[in-house]
This record gives sequence, structure tokens and C-alpha cells, in this order.
Amino acid sequence: MKALSPLLAVLAIVGFAVVGGHTHAGLVFLAVFVPYAAFAVFLVGFCYRVARWAWIPVPFRIPTTCGQQKSLPWIKPASLDNPSTGWGAFRRMALEILLFRSLFRNNRARLHDRRLVLGEDRYLWLGALAFHWSLLVILLRHLRLFVQPVPVFVSVLSRLDGAFQVGTPALYISDVVILGTLVYLTARRFRNPLARYLSMPIDYLALFLLLGIVTSGLLMRFVVRVDVAAIKQFALGLAVFRPVVTSAITPIFLVHLLLVSALAAYFPFSKLMHMGGVFLSPTRNLANNNRSKRHVNPWNHPVKTHSYAEWEDEFRDKLKTANLPLEAEDARQITGH
Amino acid sequence: MSDRPLILAGLTLFVGLVTTPIWHGALDRKAALTAPPIQLPAQEKQCVAPASYMRSSHMQLLEHWRDEAARDGRRQFVAFNGKIYDKNPTRTCVTQCHTDRKEFCERCHDYAGVSDPDCWNCHNDSQRTSRSAP
Repeated sequence: MKALSPLLAVLAIVGFAVVGGHTHAGLVFLAVFVPYAAFAVFLVGFCYRVARWAWIPVPFRIPTTCGQQKSLPWIKPASLDNPSTGWGAFRRMALEILLFRSLFRNNRARLHDRRLVLGEDRYLWLGALAFHWSLLVILLRHLRLFVQPVPVFVSVLSRLDGAFQVGTPALYISDVVILGTLVYLTARRFRNPLARYLSMPIDYLALFLLLGIVTSGLLMRFVVRVDVAAIKQFALGLAVFRPVVTSAITPIFLVHLLLVSALAAYFPFSKLMHMGGVFLSPTRNLANNNRSKRHVNPWNHPVKTHSYAEWEDEFRDKLKTANLPLEAEDARQITGH
Repeated sequence: MSDRPLILAGLTLFVGLVTTPIWHGALDRKAALTAPPIQLPAQEKQCVAPASYMRSSHMQLLEHWRDEAARDGRRQFVAFNGKIYDKNPTRTCVTQCHTDRKEFCERCHDYAGVSDPDCWNCHNDSQRTSRSAP
């Protein structure tokens, strides 16, 4: 029952929003102060985490290699799975970030005829990919509420997203996809015994928060409708630091806003930081040129060395009198100098 | 080590994108925050439903009207205050009150970035030809 505490936490946030919005002071606190604080925590926390990663030295190339390294000219190198150039690493990263390539790998373990068989979990890959792209589309669509006048690309995106014109207001494809994939990704943690064993309460928290956000958003669009023009006025006011609390802030909108604020504030402290971290994973974004290029540790301390040759030079006379063999002399005799 | 400027450039780009509403609002101070005023009908003071309901849910009302009138043939709408209306957006809404959709419908639709209403694909909004509309 590791999912219970995150579920209770999300329900508590929903309860806060429903109860706290009844008084004017509570409304101002939840609709103005909390979103500002959450956004500040998100921005500062995100930058802090990325900056800390940026200051961690990576003196040596440590890419995970999944293919033939570039070697002799007649051996075909795997330029994507074992990139030897920066361009190859860039292409590898692009496929990783845009298509989640490494998720399309041996991440499903099964017993087949009492033997362990590893294979790819295509549903997990497809679900995760569809979820993330839908989330991006939904975030971009929300710009229509925060920017005045509405950017053209946002209008075009909304029209494409609602191209099926199901119902009024139109059902967005991204809304259906994100709800479906979130349900799948949550159900996966419950149904798959390995995933259930590995899942911690924090793994459920992000899923439940996102489920709450999506559900409240869909409810606002189709069931407990809100005055969109008034919501936009409120959102624009927030953006220019002149917030106006109006009667348009209904409990369902407050639930949506508070859940988003909770997710934003939680973001820098959570595994959701993979959003920035995926760009900075040294096992992916470095070219495997450890052998073809010399990598000198840049912060090597200057070590005072005393080589044998120097030592021999220092004690040459004493060594000679003791009739001990001298390497420098021997070498000169051999080479004839 | 040499990647640090690249990382910081990417981070700056991210912050810039995330704060789009803030700097966009700060740059364009002239842009109105509030919805532009809509042209209200001169003679009529009450819509077919309370204003708050119409503001949030007019599209669902119109869709119900369409389904009931066009599919079930029920053309009479009894409003919340007992008044009876014809479930016909052309005759009831456009002809009598909201004669100019540019001054009424599209003001809010443009402001909130809501998709353009597709009512006019079938309904003719010019008064001249309104009698031929269904």
C-alpha cells in the first residue's frame, strides 16, 4: 500500500482548494500567493539543480556503449550507439530526447521455459512517449490563456489538436492520449509485479498529481464549466504581477491551479528533474573517443616527480665508483653515442 | 568543463521559454488584460439563460438546441424565467439580439483563443437572408 500516502496527499490538496476558497483571504492565498511561490520555487530550484550538475566535473568520457566502437577502417562502427564524434553524440541525444530511444531496449524480463528472457517493453515506450508529447502540446496550448494576443502557432496547434471536432467544446486528441497513458502508466505500477515492488510512494505522487490535474482540467472543459474569458483575465493578471481575484475562480479552477502549483513546487525536488537531467547525462551526451584522443585531467595537481634518469644523474659519480651498472651509459654504448 | 557555457545557455533558454507570459506581458504593456467589451443588444436585457451560464456554457446550450430541434423536432425552448423561445440561433439569437458576430461572438473567442465558432458553416448570419435559414 505504498500508493496510499501519495493518494492522501493529493486528496488533501484538493480538499484545501475546495475548503480554502470559501473565504476571500483564503482565495487570495490559494489563487495568488501559492502560484507565485510555487513558480518561484520551480524556477530557482530548477536552475539550482542544473547549475550544480553543470559544476560537477566530467574529466573523462564515460558513455554507455551499445555497439561497435570506431576502430579500423574496414570495421563498421555503430555511429549512434557508440558515437566517436560530437555530431554522433548529438544525434544520439536527439533520438534519446525526442524518441526515448533507450526506453526501447531490454527493459522487460520474463521467464520463458524457465529461462530469463530480456526484451523490450513496447507498450511502456509507446505510453511514455505519447504521454510526454501530449503534455508538451497541452502546455503549449495553455499559452492561449497567458499571452495576449494569442500567438498564431498556439491557435494552429489547438485547431490541429481538436481536428476531430468531437462534441462542443471540441475534444482534444492530446487530452484523450494523456489521460489514457497516465491511466496505463499508473496501472502498470500496480499490475506488473516487478514495477510494483520497485515503486516507492514518490513514484505514485507525480502520477497522482498529473492525474488530478488532467481530470480537473477535463472537468472544467466539459462538466463544471468555467468562464474562459475571466480565467484568461486572471491568468494575464498573474503574469504581469497585477493579479485580480474575481468570482470566476470557482472551486474546480482552484483545484486545478493548486495541483499545478504543487507539481511545480515539487518538481525540483523530485525525479521529474529528468526534464533537465536528460540533457546532462554523461553516459549519453559524450562521444566515445577515449582512445583516439588524449584526455588530460584538467585539475591535475602538479606532482613533483623524480625519475630514475634524474636519480641516476644525481648519483652518477657514486654509482660509477661502486661499479654499479648505469642505464644512461649502457644505452649510449648500445646505440653507439 | 568546456560544456558549462553550453549548459548555461540551454538553461537560460529554458528560463526564457518558461517565463514567456511574464516578459511578453511586460514588453507589451498596451495589450489589454481584460476581455474587450462586447456589443450588447439595445432592446433586450435578458438572454435565454442567466448571463453566468451563457458565459461558460453557451456552446453546450446551442449544441443541445441543434440536437433537439434538428433531430427530435422539438423546437420550443422554455427558458428559466418561463419565456418561450424558438430553438433557432439564426432567428432567435442573431436576428433579434446579436446582429454582428464580429462585435459579439468573436470578441471573446479571439481574446481567449477559443476556436472560431463553426455555426456559420451552416447558419447564415446576415439578416437579409435569415428567413431562408433552417
